[in-house]
Amino acid sequence: MKKIEAIIKPFKLDAVKEALMNIGIKGMTVSEVKGFGRQKGHTEIYRGAEYIVDFLPKVKIEVVVSDEVAQEAVEAILSSAKTNKVGDGKIFIIPVEKAIRVRTGEVDKDAI
Amino acid sequence: MGLFKRTTLLGLLLLAIPSIAKAATPHIDSGDTAWVLISAALVMMMTPAGLALFYGGMARSKNILNTMGMSFVSYGIVSVLWVIFQFSLAFGADINGIIGNLKYFLLNTDINTVFKPTHVSVFAFAAFQLTFAAITTALISGSIVERVKFSSWVVFSIIWSTIVYTPLAHWVWGGGWLAKMGIADFAGGLVVETCSGIAGLVFALMIGTRRGFKKIAMPPSSIALTAFGAAMLWFGWFGFNAGSAISSGALASNAFLTTNTAGAMGAIAWMIMDWSVHKHPTILGFVSGAVAGLVAITPAAGFVNNAGAIVIGFIAGLISWVATGYLKYRLGYDDSLDVFGVHGLNGIWGMIAIGLFADPKVNFARGLIYGGSHQIIVQLIGVIATIAFVAAGTFISVKITSILTGGLRVDEEDEIRGLDIAIHTEKGFEL
Repeated sequence: MKKIEAIIKPFKLDAVKEALMNIGIKGMTVSEVKGFGRQKGHTEIYRGAEYIVDFLPKVKIEVVVSDEVAQEAVEAILSSAKTNKVGDGKIFIIPVEKAIRVRTGEVDKDAI
Repeated sequence: MGLFKRTTLLGLLLLAIPSIAKAATPHIDSGDTAWVLISAALVMMMTPAGLALFYGGMARSKNILNTMGMSFVSYGIVSVLWVIFQFSLAFGADINGIIGNLKYFLLNTDINTVFKPTHVSVFAFAAFQLTFAAITTALISGSIVERVKFSSWVVFSIIWSTIVYTPLAHWVWGGGWLAKMGIADFAGGLVVETCSGIAGLVFALMIGTRRGFKKIAMPPSSIALTAFGAAMLWFGWFGFNAGSAISSGALASNAFLTTNTAGAMGAIAWMIMDWSVHKHPTILGFVSGAVAGLVAITPAAGFVNNAGAIVIGFIAGLISWVATGYLKYRLGYDDSLDVFGVHGLNGIWGMIAIGLFADPKVNFARGLIYGGSHQIIVQLIGVIATIAFVAAGTFISVKITSILTGGLRVDEEDEIRGLDIAIHTEKGFEL
């Protein structure tokens, strides 16, 4: 199993969600996060006082999938989250040892 | 207040012609009274609504309530002191050009008494002037928000409005020495704007900068609130300036329109600077420019025409844009919400502008471009005297306040936590 963490632009959330649904992924966790990469932040000016705002709003999507689906999921995110502009985000793939559904106690593949 | 001198001259003329003098016996005019009372209500709104929102929105969200509260509490304090003795000291019979007497103590006078040479009662005039005394005091708070103790602010409001505002109002409007010299200050270029701006700067220098000034970001809590506050100030300013004619006639109409023209021009000037230099037309800049233009036209509204108002407003926007964006950081004083940069400097500019642009067809003053050279000298004397008097008076007020309240500043922990919770146990937002 793999956990896929994708940090994307907030306005791309719906497109990414739809792309993942289309390949049969049934659930995901989404959080509003802040951060920056090479894109850096932006400048805000109040009466001539300049503030550099480093941390930009982003959305983090977490999904856990079986190994076979992982590559397909990554591609779905790549194609749906891409704008070709700086700041599109990153995808991290992390191995998962075990998954358990709380209600039934089902494990691994049955639990995701 | 231009009307005073004009009416005085008229009165002297009428005395020479007994039959006309009889017709001009002071009386209460219902039209003038209606306009002055409405104006008083408009100006009242400028403090606890207009200024409170304008300032509150610019303060950080942890200090928004404290900032608004400072406007509110000054309004309350001056409202009471004014009817007890401040109005009398400002507008009672003149003593040596320095101060008024106590003939209106507690406003204990017949309600039908006419405030000469106007055609409104002493009460209508006192109510209108009350709102000026209150907003001038409240304006100073913008220089020292986010670090001053609330108790110190309360004590300062009491002392300062008594020993600085009241005598200055007498000098300029109450028949004092500047009035006798022929100073032209229609609605408070000296009395309100220069006065609050200099007081703010002096207090800011004495109390010191906010922790983190020039090092950490201090973003406004809500520019939306600030913009709304500025709109209310602009609206109230019609009462402020057009009401200062103390009559509902032609002079009030001139003041009404020049006020609007200069406010709009100030906003446009600031926008042009922001857009061309910083590449973005900021809304905080637009509304700040409007206030700058309104400040500068305040003394001049009843002396200049609309062409003059366009120039005054445009230069006002430029002055404040430079002062708030460059001067403040270069010189290192923390005038938190730019009372000196917006009010002080443009009060001075507006006073000088009268000496340049006063149109003799509007009122008694004649500016340089209309061939008059005398007025600008009187205006400069007024400006210099006001700066010196207000700086000294404010210094004394702050020193006494500091002694009475055991220091001026909140402690470090409270300043970092925010004054809303630390002092008032309230939050402005629960988001």
